[in-house]
Amino acid sequence: MTDLLSKFDPLIKERETLLATGVRDPFSLVMDEVLSPTVAICDGKETILLGTYNYMGMTFDDDVREAGIKALEEFGSGTTGSRVLNGTYAGHRDCEEALKEFYAMDHAMVFSTGYQANLGIISTLAGKGDYVILDIDSHASIYDGCAMGNAEIVAFRHNDIEALEKRLKRLPAEAGKLVVLEGVYSMLGDVAPLKEMVRICKENGAMVLVDEAHSMGFIGENGRGVCEAQGVIDDVDFIIGTFSKSVGTVGGFCVSNHPKFEILRLVCRPYVFTASLPPSVMATASTSIRKLMHSGNKRAHLWENSKKLHQGLRDLGFTLGTPEAQSAIIAVIMPDLEKGAMMWQALLAEGLYVNLARPPATPANMTLLRCSLCAEHSSEQVDQILGMFEAAGKAVGAI
Amino acid sequence: MANREDIMAKVSGLIGPFNNKGVALSADTTFQGDLEWDSLTVMDFVAAVEDEFDIIITMNMQAEIESVGQLADAVAKLMEN
Repeated sequence: MTDLLSKFDPLIKERETLLATGVRDPFSLVMDEVLSPTVAICDGKETILLGTYNYMGMTFDDDVREAGIKALEEFGSGTTGSRVLNGTYAGHRDCEEALKEFYAMDHAMVFSTGYQANLGIISTLAGKGDYVILDIDSHASIYDGCAMGNAEIVAFRHNDIEALEKRLKRLPAEAGKLVVLEGVYSMLGDVAPLKEMVRICKENGAMVLVDEAHSMGFIGENGRGVCEAQGVIDDVDFIIGTFSKSVGTVGGFCVSNHPKFEILRLVCRPYVFTASLPPSVMATASTSIRKLMHSGNKRAHLWENSKKLHQGLRDLGFTLGTPEAQSAIIAVIMPDLEKGAMMWQALLAEGLYVNLARPPATPANMTLLRCSLCAEHSSEQVDQILGMFEAAGKAVGAI
Repeated sequence: MANREDIMAKVSGLIGPFNNKGVALSADTTFQGDLEWDSLTVMDFVAAVEDEFDIIITMNMQAEIESVGQLADAVAKLMEN
């Protein structure tokens, strides 16, 4: 018998080698208690959270929690059914209304996760003979959406406007084309040049989908994302997003002004063949989305935090993923996995949690300590964080 | 219309800057096994080939191409279309 798991032996060995150096497993941390959007108890120690996607700190918002509890009591714990059968409650419709209000768009479709939204929309839109053109650093859910569909896949160099244009011009003029872009790329926290890219897509007859998972709620005057900030939201055909970041719960969505959009509810398999989200999740999401529409002050504070952390880490001598803060993600580039794991552990010992990101999730085989800020981090907490980076960095010889 | 020898010569020339190990090239040389390229190198190389011949090699096609000879055949076919 061939052991089907033997293909993972190299990874098992790499993990064993890493753990043998004495670092704790960076991928098995448990949060025993969560005190607020920015503080948790890990291994009995109070820890500042700098590696969540809780950008707008909505997880403990009083109105959000109250709405969830009310829906749980009134509608029960789950729907036990598909959106197209028994799984659409008033709360699901209301959540889609909230999204339409938030984006000022005609249609909204809620999926059970952001991953499924990309999987479903990309695989359904681009069929046999069509082309999907994507950035090489696209998220796994975008690649998986391509793998699930039957279209031809064309990749271009990360954020390279000219590479995108060249490829579009080489494709058959009459073929269906979907260009998939992200507002903020989650590994380095860099922003896409959407203004130029969306224009080029339109000039070359391609439809455009933008994943705004890491920008919703924060970037753009109304928090609609990088498309809004760069003034191209009206030219984007589909926006994909998630509830598991700024919105503070779980779920995914697609919004669009396309007049035929509603038919996707019947043909999109990751929408049809799975249970819908629990009513409590829908109620927390709708409440949070509507509050995010009026969160200009929080957006401003999150920008302050991001810029302050970026400048502070640069001043300490760390190498960062972007020349300036472009989003709420600040990526510290580590020389290798071992050093990265040591630094991660030293930070945890100081009382700071960040994300350790490694290949294949990262571009160019990089090991990253990914910091994501929250609008609820106080300015004093950012000072504390910088102090922890300084102490940990010196302890492991990273700076 | 470029013939296969021309294509092979051009492809070999494009491999040069990425051939860090100095592997001797033949039609049977494989990108992953012999040249030991990672995904990033593959992408840069594919982009160079695409620009040289003004073609698109989709990721679906790339999955089928393992050796230099297979790449030359694929380029020749794409240039006919």
